[in-house]
Amino acid sequence: MNIIVCMKQIPDTSEIKIDPETNTLIRAGVPSIVNPYDKNALEAAVQLKEQHGGTVTVISMGPPAAKEALKECLSLGADRAFLITDRAFGGSDTYATSYILASSIQHIGDYDLIICGMQAMDGDTGQTGASMSEHLGIPQLTYAVKIEVADDTVTVHRETDDGVMVISTKLPALCTVGKDINEPRTATMKSKMRANKIDIAEIHVDDMPDIDREKIGLKGSPTRVKKTYTPTIKKSGKKLEGLSCDEAVEALAGFLTEKKILKGELV
Amino acid sequence: MEAMTKDLWVFVETNEDGTAKNVGIELLTPGKLLAEKQGGSLVAVILGENVEKAVNMAGRHGADKIIAAEAPELRAYSTDAYTEAICKLVKKYGPTSMMIGATNNGRDLGPRVSCRLQTGLVADCTALDIDEESGNVAWTRPAFGGNLMATILCPDHRPQIGTVRPGVFKKREPVENRAEIIREEIHIDPKDIRTRILDLITYMNSENVDLEGAEIIVSGGRGVGGPEGFGPVKALADALGGTVGASRAAVDAGWISHAHQVGQTGKTVGPKLYIACGISGAIQHLAGMSGSDCVIAINKDPDAPIFDVANYGVVGDLFEVLPALTEELRKDRAEA
Ligand SMILES: Cc1cc2nc3c(=O)[nH]c(=O)nc-3n(C[C@H](O)[C@H](O)[C@H](O)COP(=O)(O)OP(=O)(O)OC[C@H]3O[C@@H](n4cnc5c(N)ncnc54)[C@H](O)[C@@H]3O)c2cc1C
Ligand SMILES: Cc1cc2nc3c(=O)[nH]c(=O)nc-3n(C[C@H](O)[C@H](O)[C@H](O)COP(=O)(O)OP(=O)(O)OC[C@H]3O[C@@H](n4cnc5c(N)ncnc54)[C@H](O)[C@@H]3O)c2cc1C
Repeated sequence: MNIIVCMKQIPDTSEIKIDPETNTLIRAGVPSIVNPYDKNALEAAVQLKEQHGGTVTVISMGPPAAKEALKECLSLGADRAFLITDRAFGGSDTYATSYILASSIQHIGDYDLIICGMQAMDGDTGQTGASMSEHLGIPQLTYAVKIEVADDTVTVHRETDDGVMVISTKLPALCTVGKDINEPRTATMKSKMRANKIDIAEIHVDDMPDIDREKIGLKGSPTRVKKTYTPTIKKSGKKLEGLSCDEAVEALAGFLTEKKILKGELV
Repeated sequence: MEAMTKDLWVFVETNEDGTAKNVGIELLTPGKLLAEKQGGSLVAVILGENVEKAVNMAGRHGADKIIAAEAPELRAYSTDAYTEAICKLVKKYGPTSMMIGATNNGRDLGPRVSCRLQTGLVADCTALDIDEESGNVAWTRPAFGGNLMATILCPDHRPQIGTVRPGVFKKREPVENRAEIIREEIHIDPKDIRTRILDLITYMNSENVDLEGAEIIVSGGRGVGGPEGFGPVKALADALGGTVGASRAAVDAGWISHAHQVGQTGKTVGPKLYIACGISGAIQHLAGMSGSDCVIAINKDPDAPIFDVANYGVVGDLFEVLPALTEELRKDRAEA
């Protein structure tokens, strides 16, 4: 079974700080990491390979620096990796990104299953996987917490808002996964050495003669970011300090009464 | 494609019993304002089987028109049937914009629909307006783990589509249902639904936490110290008739299930009263609860950022304050 994992290299959003002068994100010095959910996607793929045989291919669209992240994926059990990189891809929104990824997958060839993270922590849209399956014309099984393959069928436990749906479809198909599906393994000295020996191939726009150049990059993106800003926090209210517990409780109960919450009439 | 009307559509997702999910009804509130500014009607689009209850709810909460399509193949959500139905309707009626609730199903459907219609999709919005300059919908959403807000337009493609987070907008007061109701026949060939549902497991009641619809929420964070620390939190919630929420730190520690999590990667809530106990007030937590009408914070650390958003902050130990407050409330209730 041949599985393709889509991986995005992102800035570590937990390390991002806001510049208090300009109110913008400080990205300098922020480490780049493999999008955490994509590690779950990779782990799910490697586990399926261990059960059924086959290959795991990781692809990433991004700048040359994303090779570092692909290398990490190779050390976590992937067999091959492709970097999809070209100036023509810059500025792509999820429509264009998913089209480029889908075109690259068609270029790479044979696959049975594609696994994506449910969301990339930077752009945070969670749209790329489902859009890609539409471009490829294959079914999608999103928010999977368990993936099983038997013969030509994939069965998934899919998280819904009020429970779990067990759902199946014929391969080829695409799944998206979150952190509940597994605990990603860590690399070993040996697996890192193995990874170092694997060449990471590049895919450029010229490698894909069939790609529609009107549908990629900024030009191919229907959405436009008009402005960005850091969320402001409304400062308000009253802080009670140095009160005894009794005093604090009396003050709170008084406040709740004033708000009519105690009478069950919320205002 | 070109828009044929100035109408704004709200996709109202249904439950299997034919009622509407909260978020679809919530979206009719901002939908009304945007539709007026766009100069068109507010249209609720409802798919399912036996959807009369949802039709009635949409009518009573402000839809001008309702397009209802019923078919056995639409009873349970499937990507293929729902995408097919929505795209057919969009091509027939040509709305200029469309909102979809950002539930797991909505986020499954949105990208498939927008991709098939070759238009843009803005994800997980928390604020909506019309861009003064261009007249396009200005969709505002958090990104970078809630550290950044982005306002996004879809200038040249129609319809403009966005998914919108549940719990951000409030339902309007119900009025008399005067909506024009359009019944659509949609035929879906069962063979075109490539997925098969083998089982549906609905979480047990204890897991079915309606934070988005709650009027009072009492939340616990890392400060509660362990699973048993949610005892006093729950007791206060019960005394107030409220629902229990949690920070991600408490959820990740395994003290309470993810269904209770409030924030960027949990639920967005907008209760009348939010009581944060032992929660520091990280930006990702605030992203989920800053729409609350009134916030009370109880925290040992006087410098905790949660006090910046609290209307009323108590610097103190939650294990002292909560039980005493619960007791006081019970006493007052008994007297009243
Ligand atoms: C502030 C901001 C807001 C944005 N808002 C929107 C918006 O509302 N709508 C929109 O269309 N675009 C938006 N974009 C653009 C969007 O972030 C990019 O198109 C991005 O390339 C993919 O989207 P994502 O980061 O949300 O990934 P997601 O869709 O969240 O990613 C889901 C999964 O898809 C796969 N994947 C995603 N990107 C890649 C990649 N480059 N290579 C390999 N696999 C990948 C991974 O498996 C990932 O886990 C926004 C960008 C910014 C900076
Ligand atoms: C991409 C991303 C997404 C995230 N999504 C979410 C999300 O959806 N929701 C969320 O909540 N977080 C989210 N987080 C995590 C967030 O950044 C914080 O780590 C988290 O909110 C902290 O939880 P906390 O306030 O409970 O814990 P802490 O920050 O550790 O705060 C505990 C507080 O309890 C107080 N305290 C301790 N003991 C007592 C006592 N006895 N009485 C009173 N006070 C006491 C302490 O003074 C402290 O302020 C996300 C992070 C990232 C990077």
